[in-house]
Amino acid sequence: MLTLEFFLIISAALFSLGFAAVLTRRNVIMILIGIELMLSSANLNFIAFWRFGPDPDALTGVLFVLFSIAVAAAEAAVGLALIILIYRHFKSTNTFNFSLLNG
Amino acid sequence: MSTTAAFIAYSVLTLVTLGAALAAVSLRNIVHCGLSLALAFVGVAGFYILLGAEFVGFIQLLVYVGAVAVLIMFVILLTRPDGDPQPFTFDRLRRALPGLGIALAVFLVITISIRTSESLRAGAPDDAGVSIEALGHKLVTSHLLPLQITGVLLTAALIGAVLFAMKEDNN
Repeated sequence: MLTLEFFLIISAALFSLGFAAVLTRRNVIMILIGIELMLSSANLNFIAFWRFGPDPDALTGVLFVLFSIAVAAAEAAVGLALIILIYRHFKSTNTFNFSLLNG
Repeated sequence: MSTTAAFIAYSVLTLVTLGAALAAVSLRNIVHCGLSLALAFVGVAGFYILLGAEFVGFIQLLVYVGAVAVLIMFVILLTRPDGDPQPFTFDRLRRALPGLGIALAVFLVITISIRTSESLRAGAPDDAGVSIEALGHKLVTSHLLPLQITGVLLTAALIGAVLFAMKEDNN
C-alpha cells in the first residue's frame, strides 16, 4: 500500500536531480530547467502532505500549489526574458562567459 | 482505486518521471533536455492525479507542459548554443564531481530522514477527493487576497518580461 514516504522519496529524487543540474551544468537554460524541477518537487511534497494529512477537506495544500504554479509561471517568464537579454548582450548562454562581475 | 492498481500506476509514474528528469538534466543536446523536461512535468501531473488532486494535475498539464515547457523550447531555439554539443569526456565528469556529490548528499540526507521518521508511514485517511466547487469557493472567500495579489504579480511579470526582451534601440 502506498504511504506518504513513497511520494516524499520521489520528490527528494526530483529535487536532487534539479539541484545537480544547477550545480554542474554551464548553460543558463539548463540551470533554469533545474530550478523548475526543484519547484515541481516542492509542489509534489505539498500535494502529498495534503493527501496524507489529518484534514484533507481544508484543501490547504491544493490551494498553496495553485498559487505556487502561478508564481512559477511568472518566474519562468521573467527568467527566460533575462536569458534572452543576456544572450543578446554576450552572444552566449554559457555561464563561463558572464564574468563581468568577477573580481 | 484498488491497492494493486494504485501501486502499478505509482511504479509506472516513478519510472517515467525520474527517467525523464534524469534525461532532462544529463543529456548533451539541450533540445532533448527541454523535451524531456516536458515529459517529467507530465509525470508529476500524473502523481497529482494519483494523489486525488485532479484539478491541480490538469492545471499542471496546462501551465507547465503547455506554457512553461513550450516557453523554454522557444528560448532554446532562439538562443544558439556555443558550437555543437561537446562529447562526453572524463575530464568534464571530473569537473562536475563536486556538484554531483553535494546533490547526492542532499538526496541521502533527505531520504534517510524520511525513512527514519515513524509518523510518515501512515496510509491515507480515506479516499478524499477534492471538489472543484469547494476549491473555487475557497479561492473567492478565504483566499481572495492571495488570488488578487497573484493577478497583480502575473501582470507585473508580463510587463517586466516584455520590457526585458524588448529591443534596446536607445544606444
